[in-house]
Amino acid sequence: MLKRNILVFLYTILFSSMAFSSGSSLDLDKANVNVKDYASLQRGAKIYMTTCATCHSLKYVRYKEMAQQIEMVDSSGDILVDVVKDGLMYSGGKITDTIISALSKDDGDKWFGKSPPDLSLVARCRGVDWLYTYLRTFYKDDSKIWGVNNITFPDVAMPHVLLNYQGLKSVSEDSSHHVNLKLIQQGSLNEKEFDLMVLDLVNFLSYVGEPHQVERRRLGIYVIFFLSVFLVIVYLMKREYWKDVK
Amino acid sequence: MNSYKMNLNRRKFLTNTTAAVGGIGMAFAGVPFIGSWLPSAKAKALGAPVEVDISQIQEGQKITVAWRGQPIFIINRSQENLNMARSVSNEQLRDPNSNESLQPEYARNDVRSIKDNILVLLGLCTHLGCVPLYKPKMGELDSSWKGGFFCPCHGSKFDLSGRVFKGVPAPTNLSIPPHKYVGSSRLIIGEGA
Amino acid sequence: MDKENTLISWVDRRFPLTELWEGHVAKYYAPKNLNFWYYFGALSMVVLVLQIITGIWLTMNYNPSAEGAFDSVEYIMRDVPFGWLLRYMHSTGASFFFIVVYLHMLRAMLYGSYKKPRELVWIIGLLIYLCLMMEAFFGYLLPWGQMSFWGAKVITSLFGAVPFIGDWLMEIIRGDFNVSGVTLNRFFALHVVAIPLILLGLVGAHIIALHEVGSNNPDGVEIKKLKNAEGIPKDGIAFHPYYTSKDAVGLVFFLILFSLVIFYYPTMGGYFLEAPNFDPANALVTPEHIAPVWYFTPFYAILRAVPDKLAGVIAMGVAVVIFFFLPWLDRSKVKSIRYRGPFYRIFLTLFIISFVILGWLGMEVPTPEKTLLAQICSLIYFSFFFLMPIYTTLDKNKPVPERLT
Repeated sequence: MLKRNILVFLYTILFSSMAFSSGSSLDLDKANVNVKDYASLQRGAKIYMTTCATCHSLKYVRYKEMAQQIEMVDSSGDILVDVVKDGLMYSGGKITDTIISALSKDDGDKWFGKSPPDLSLVARCRGVDWLYTYLRTFYKDDSKIWGVNNITFPDVAMPHVLLNYQGLKSVSEDSSHHVNLKLIQQGSLNEKEFDLMVLDLVNFLSYVGEPHQVERRRLGIYVIFFLSVFLVIVYLMKREYWKDVK
Repeated sequence: MNSYKMNLNRRKFLTNTTAAVGGIGMAFAGVPFIGSWLPSAKAKALGAPVEVDISQIQEGQKITVAWRGQPIFIINRSQENLNMARSVSNEQLRDPNSNESLQPEYARNDVRSIKDNILVLLGLCTHLGCVPLYKPKMGELDSSWKGGFFCPCHGSKFDLSGRVFKGVPAPTNLSIPPHKYVGSSRLIIGEGA
Repeated sequence: MDKENTLISWVDRRFPLTELWEGHVAKYYAPKNLNFWYYFGALSMVVLVLQIITGIWLTMNYNPSAEGAFDSVEYIMRDVPFGWLLRYMHSTGASFFFIVVYLHMLRAMLYGSYKKPRELVWIIGLLIYLCLMMEAFFGYLLPWGQMSFWGAKVITSLFGAVPFIGDWLMEIIRGDFNVSGVTLNRFFALHVVAIPLILLGLVGAHIIALHEVGSNNPDGVEIKKLKNAEGIPKDGIAFHPYYTSKDAVGLVFFLILFSLVIFYYPTMGGYFLEAPNFDPANALVTPEHIAPVWYFTPFYAILRAVPDKLAGVIAMGVAVVIFFFLPWLDRSKVKSIRYRGPFYRIFLTLFIISFVILGWLGMEVPTPEKTLLAQICSLIYFSFFFLMPIYTTLDKNKPVPERLT
């Protein structure tokens, strides 16, 4: 009887674990995201506002809550309003505003063919590994309007906005169909520095995708601890009553 | 016999402990549900302080701005208006010293304002919430009228400092929201000094 | 006439409170050998209540229009205090509902709980399952993400396969020429009000029908056959305090698993909250890979296994409806798998394995090999039911004990 139960359960788990085998066709680099690294999030926010926010809005994010959550606060926990306004808000507005790019949808459609999408949820939709790889796999392609193409997102309508940092690469495919990227024009950062810069940006986008994730994991500890203690108590009670049976 | 009695005690103890801990758990579980009823970040953003340029308000003129979905009267009282306001005798008023009404401490004086001339009022009658009409002219309502506000819904009357007259349905003076000045021409409504 | 002066006696003279309490809880006698498989009925009820409560709270901030739906979900996730927790409870609850219900149904198949005199309990239970599937389908459109939209598009277009009235049927379900804000608004009404009310009614009926005949047990022995001098089944114990205390343990353990998911794996690798659904619905762009949520995939795999659209729809429909006939397809005199012969054991094991494989296949992109595997598994699936009258008659069952073990 018990054996039957165990077998049924094992089969179910064994075969359902096959479900996790859906592999992706693309080789993605691993992004070691850490949304509790507030310094990294702040650097990422700065990079985003200077290089991305002109075209890509974050319409679900408010400056005020973001500043609070990435710890742009003073010793008493109040938001450093001036730092936020000077360092991150380049088109004025109130600190309670949401982050909207200055580029209208019509202009975006006209200039890029496809209006640059809002990036509030890109980290949840594409994943951090995809983002990290995408931002580092642009290469020279004179047949394209901006002179670049991308391995991770072929024929993307976006120019290589981080060109000055990474430099320009060229692509080649060797005999085993392995794609190689070679640096043909230096940027202001070396490869390691650039990777860290992109990681900061991806870290920030990961935070933006789910701002409450740190609080979520923190609360979980208390909840599961409480329930574990409660489990012991309720089990002792059950065992006591069941002494009556048989 | 003895062991059975002890079991009953143990049983009661464990049941009570379970109930108590369970009750605590339910109370904590209620926090996100009740908590979600607090104003959201969007509501707080929309309820944020409002900045008003008061440099263009003419003497004797009243403008209305919205703050938290409510009308705020900003009146630039002339010297004549102020004299009229001060001349209303305390016997006619229900709460001449603003003891019952709602206003910040810095607006609790004889003309109920920080700067003499600029009066900031919450434009809702304290009776049932209608928006009172601005009647600043002498004799406008009747021969003894010294300027003020008249509520058309049930006839409540207030003077040019927003203080309520006796014998009308409204129970208290018109409320004053927190506000402060930044420089000489900017007034912020929603934030106190 | 009772002359007692307590509050309870006052109520009892006007409402059968004590009678209901004793009849259904304190003096309702259940078999004493109920095991692990018997937690899932009570847990199903708990998840239902959880979904209703979190659902009501979500409705306080959700906007059921095509323009506002997606934004309102993000508003809940970011701006509403604890909104993220309410959302995750509801999305995790939806998946857990199906896990719990499938295990609950499996119990019935292990111990013959659908057999006489419990056929009606089984039928009402299946009606609950059908409502649950509709509830999940309607609910999934509400976030108005890419998967929401395209999933609804695919499933509503299945109705187009019905001969003669197919196109009209598709249009009347959608309320528009395409899946649109009109569809969203009506699915909202069905998801929030109509089906929950029906579900509550059916769950009530399910329990009333069960209590009329009494619970089955892992030995498949009817405890009411042997009663003591007071008329209480010899192998029965009062539901309260024994099963209330036992279910409490099951509940707390369940809540731990539930919390682990909510607080640490809310998307469950993309199976509970799918990545494409974090992209707003776009009628002009189809996502690379459309698949229904995991709890529908076994039936989706059967649909795709059949090359013809209408035949596939019929096969999928039969795969669900066939369950209604189980009490009459099973000709065995023995209820519990403990005492059944080898045929039923083998067929049931094969059925479970094929169900799980079909579930996996339904999530995958179809290839010729996978389609062949789906066809084989569908065959096994249907054989379990259609051959049952034969193999349950021929099965060499073991002797069933008089008393519970």
